[in-house]
Amino acid sequence: MLNLYTRRRIINAIGLTVSVLAMLFGLFWLCWILITLLNHGLPALTPMVFDKMTPPPGSTGGLLNAIAGSLMMTVVGTLIGTPIGILAGTYLAEFGQRGWMAPITRFINDVLLSAPSIVIGLFVYEVYVVHVKHFSGWAGAFALSILVIPIVIRTTENMLRLVPSTLREAAAALGAPQWKVINFVTLRAARAGIITGVLLAVARISGETAPLLFTALNNQFWSSNMDQPMANLPVVIFQFAMSPYSDWQNLAWAGALLITVSVLTLNILARVLFRQSATTH
Amino acid sequence: MNIESVANPKIIIKDLNFYYGNYRALKDINLSIAEKMVTAFIGPSGCGKSTLLRTFNRMYQLYPKQKATGEIMLDGANILDSKQDLNMLRAKIGMVFQKPTPFPMSIYDNIAFGVKLYENLSKHDMEARVEWALRKAALWTEVKDKLKQSGTGLSGGQQQRLCIARAIAVKPQVLLLDEPTSALDPISTAHIEKLIDELKEDFTIVIVTHNMQQAARISDYTAYMYLGDLIELGETSAVFTNPKRKETEDYITGRFG
Repeated sequence: MLNLYTRRRIINAIGLTVSVLAMLFGLFWLCWILITLLNHGLPALTPMVFDKMTPPPGSTGGLLNAIAGSLMMTVVGTLIGTPIGILAGTYLAEFGQRGWMAPITRFINDVLLSAPSIVIGLFVYEVYVVHVKHFSGWAGAFALSILVIPIVIRTTENMLRLVPSTLREAAAALGAPQWKVINFVTLRAARAGIITGVLLAVARISGETAPLLFTALNNQFWSSNMDQPMANLPVVIFQFAMSPYSDWQNLAWAGALLITVSVLTLNILARVLFRQSATTH
Repeated sequence: MNIESVANPKIIIKDLNFYYGNYRALKDINLSIAEKMVTAFIGPSGCGKSTLLRTFNRMYQLYPKQKATGEIMLDGANILDSKQDLNMLRAKIGMVFQKPTPFPMSIYDNIAFGVKLYENLSKHDMEARVEWALRKAALWTEVKDKLKQSGTGLSGGQQQRLCIARAIAVKPQVLLLDEPTSALDPISTAHIEKLIDELKEDFTIVIVTHNMQQAARISDYTAYMYLGDLIELGETSAVFTNPKRKETEDYITGRFG
């Protein structure tokens, strides 16, 4: 008996050690990335970054146009993608028990969820940019919204499925029609989870470069016209980091730090929100 | 089996069969539910007592593969008739579930939700109705100062009384209780049992319970079910002291089940 117990303890110790080592290995690279980013990004993060436009090489400047462009396209992309995602997710969770539509939609959505974002960019380039014959902020926002939709569909469906069916039955037992059950009871019960999903989708698209390369492209100057090519952080980072000019490289570091911090903040916010809702249920 | 009858029936069930897909869960049930009395369904797990209860408000219609045949007459009209308006039926027949199911909204809105489906009350009348329902459910004194707080923040026993208040606020004629105390502690259970005793002045109550002592304590009539058959219906005192059927006796004496 004692032998068996000792054996278990040894196996447990080995398992624990291997797990901790694996965790440390993963964390090591993450910390390295963050430290490098802070080392290079913080000194470059001057007030000018938020005040001046992207400069030509050799002169001083900032990232204001890129920050504004990223914000505008992210907001528009989220505003387009979120309602479609929530409605489609609601359909899958609440009406998808019968018929062939829901399983097929779910399958296609899974494919879309893991589709490389560069393919999405090329798609919008083909169906939109080619036809209007110029790059634009709208095209960028459309590409981002196509990335948002599958994420929101998936989280909405999952969160609605977590709502116990007895809650639906209780509302139906009062004689509430199905649309009221969904609107006032199930969607409300899943609200925190769905908002979390939207936040994660925003975090995902705010760092995407590939879909913007073929759609919004870039713009050296200030522009709030969504019908024109639009500056954005990821593409500016891509362009500046690859350049031989040290002031461009410094701005790229500042931009990278900005994106990382905002994505990190969104993720933490999403986690806090979800945890709060988990404790009140 | 003959129609098991009671003195003053509110609901009369004739040749009721129920199917989950191809599985026949209820077999030719004939049974009457007495008006303004408490009728308890007892029997071992899987005997069909909850299934039977859920045919009274056609809860099974939420699920595609379930169907019922036969007749359930409520005041002379067949509930199972496809012409029967489902929402109007559920206005007359309220239901409380095993686990408390407060909606994710305030205590006040939990109660107002059902009332608003059928009546267009002024703010003042609605407040009066909410208070009435909460008083009936013996919850008013505990929540009157926090009506705006979320219903999910109450204790389990309070949540269950909130669900009872929500069901009676619509002023139904029949109240279906599906193991309403099996998730509660003994004190909360005692609360609810006392409440059921008071509520039968106004409502016809049907309760499914796993707990035979509970059935003996609170019901006027008891129906014993086994494997989808109704074995026996009678006055509770008679069923528990002098059952007509051997199967019932075996179950209530604990020799089986």
